[in-house]
Amino acid sequence: MKRRNFLSLSAGAAAATGLAACGKSGPGDSSSGGGSGDKDAAGYWFLSGPPGEPIRQGAVDRFNKANSANQIKVTAIQNDAYKDKLKTSLGAGQAPSIIWGWGGGGLKSYVDAGQVDDLTDWFGQNAAVKDRLFKASFGPATIDKKIYAMPCETVQPIVMLYNKEAFEKAGVAAPPQTWAELMSILPKFNEKGIAPFSLGGQSRWTNMMWLEFLFDRIGGPEVMDAVYGGQKDAWNNPAAIDALTKTQELVNAKGFIKGFSSITADSNADQALLYRGKAAMELHGSWSYGIIKAEGGNFIKDGKLGFFNFPAVDGGKGDPTNTYGNAGQYLSIYSKASEHQKETAKKFFTSLLDDTEQQGWIETGGVPIVQDAKAKLAASPDAEFLNFVFDVSSKAAGFGQSWDQALSPSSAETLLDNIAKLFQLQVTPQQFATNMNAVIGK
Amino acid sequence: MTIAPPVVRTAPSTASRGGGSGSVSWMAWPALVAFTIFGILPLFGVLALSFTSWNGISPELSLTGLDSWKTVLSDPGLPHAIWVTFLIMALSWLAQTPLSILLGVFIAAHKRYRTVLAVLFFIPLLLSQAAIAITYKMLLDPNFGLGASLGVEFLQQDWLGDSTLAVGVVIFVVSWQWIPFHSLIYQGGIRQIPASMYEAAEIDGAGRIRQFFSITLPQLKYTIITSSTLMVVGSLTFFDLIWVLTAGGPGDATRALAVDMYVTGFRSNLMGPASAIAVILVLVGLGLALLLRRLGGRDASQSQLEGA
Repeated sequence: MKRRNFLSLSAGAAAATGLAACGKSGPGDSSSGGGSGDKDAAGYWFLSGPPGEPIRQGAVDRFNKANSANQIKVTAIQNDAYKDKLKTSLGAGQAPSIIWGWGGGGLKSYVDAGQVDDLTDWFGQNAAVKDRLFKASFGPATIDKKIYAMPCETVQPIVMLYNKEAFEKAGVAAPPQTWAELMSILPKFNEKGIAPFSLGGQSRWTNMMWLEFLFDRIGGPEVMDAVYGGQKDAWNNPAAIDALTKTQELVNAKGFIKGFSSITADSNADQALLYRGKAAMELHGSWSYGIIKAEGGNFIKDGKLGFFNFPAVDGGKGDPTNTYGNAGQYLSIYSKASEHQKETAKKFFTSLLDDTEQQGWIETGGVPIVQDAKAKLAASPDAEFLNFVFDVSSKAAGFGQSWDQALSPSSAETLLDNIAKLFQLQVTPQQFATNMNAVIGK
Repeated sequence: MTIAPPVVRTAPSTASRGGGSGSVSWMAWPALVAFTIFGILPLFGVLALSFTSWNGISPELSLTGLDSWKTVLSDPGLPHAIWVTFLIMALSWLAQTPLSILLGVFIAAHKRYRTVLAVLFFIPLLLSQAAIAITYKMLLDPNFGLGASLGVEFLQQDWLGDSTLAVGVVIFVVSWQWIPFHSLIYQGGIRQIPASMYEAAEIDGAGRIRQFFSITLPQLKYTIITSSTLMVVGSLTFFDLIWVLTAGGPGDATRALAVDMYVTGFRSNLMGPASAIAVILVLVGLGLALLLRRLGGRDASQSQLEGA
């Protein structure tokens, strides 16, 4: 009995062990596959599922067709599994030649581990590749002034979306231009039984977007730069405390929908609240547009969706054109790939975002990170929103990176944890700052 | 939750230790080999990892001695995670045990409708924890869930967004899933109680309730210990259910040890401290299992039955 019971115990505990150990069996960068005439094809993993998968696949197919000597072999992996899978494959030395990612802190941890190649010189030699893309898109690809990734795909700023019908019902004429205005219209919605803001609070990064904008509008990007720079007690900045206090004021004023802490963003319930009229506004990534379009019935077609940039905060130091979000997606080259695979990858990079691929992204409601994409947007049925996103992105004085991507994974986890508690009113702004000061530079 | 075989006490025999026992010991080898490879070796792997600092990505490990342990033991999150673990353990034991015994008594009687019901009771056990968690998450959604659709005010609570309610929900879902299993164990135990004892009690004029407390419960002692061991030790490994239901939230209200371990290892990329938490988890589990064995092992005179 004792031994058998021990077995069952350790089976549970070994789940932990197993998780840690299972990376060894991940699918490797199989070099045996590939297409015609290339025995050393470059591996490329990307996220599966619409709308991105067919576009990514299409880009690879066109490349493989045009380059018989340089083949790319793809594996599509689900979003949730991708990060863990990539991590274990890197740990085991079995990663694909081309690594798809979000840039920022995640990329930095690969750089620190010597897993990805420095592409600075390559971009120096291929200025044309670099110059046709948005400048801001290189921010998250750059670590210590060196470029480690090729920006690709679309730009996704965080914007305010609103339900025009809910605004009419509550008698609010126009979206708020300032923070004071925003606070003043909250009771009008609540009186009508409409929540002012939808929020998928269980996912935590959704709450984080509020702080990103409030910090930036009140204190400018300098506040977070001090944190990234490892300055002692940087979170004690009065602007930071003010932003955290304003957040809790918003929670206290019933700014967010009831039960927001149990809503996840992954289920798209937060968008559903908006298009079903249970909430009037939402702060979310521009990709929400595609979700609402796909799931919201005629909501967009009937012209009920409105959008605006995050309002200014009176007396704030930050430029109100600043925005946050994903400046692009990123492709890096695995340092242990063969020379041939690396060459294939670089060739592939130059072929990215051709007209067909740009068109594909535009059809999904995305704005490709190409300088001259604007001309193509006008023909789209979603031109109004796409132009809005293009303007927000290209006119932004600064394009901030998601905090949890910019910080190291362990500080990011502490941050998200404290953000959840802040929104639950379990910590005061000062406690939040103290908890975060403790992990600066870690 | 892991399922261990019921308690089987070796008979306090002396004479039966005959010649045959040596020749059958090879039968244990296949299980022992598998257990060593998949149970013991990874365990030592985790122990070794807990003395290193590794981010899960970098090709090299660096030996950092007791650093990971110091980080984990000085983190205020650890006592909280242990508290949450034990809270869920205690409350789910309290919720499950009386109900399982009563249900076990109910379905132990040889009546056809009860047999049909027993089969129905068993259904929750057939579902995977992740599926159960997703279903409950949807049912409890404050805006699109059961309460909102039926318009029942009481059900329209912020079930998973309030710290106290969220713990309650976890315990409820755990109980909902595991009560059928434990009822089955009790049913088996009850059916083994000799009918003659009840007949004797009836002649002595004992009523149903008296019979339950004076015969059924004492006779079930080892069954209770078996079932409790499974519950207590199993509750240490609750991960999937909590992860899907609340992801340890709101805040850290349901962040049990197993969740804490995953978050530390795979979200924060701190494999060293995560391994230290895993070792703590193993030690707590072992300690509890031994403790429960002790509780049941002392006097064998009270029960004529062994296990279920």
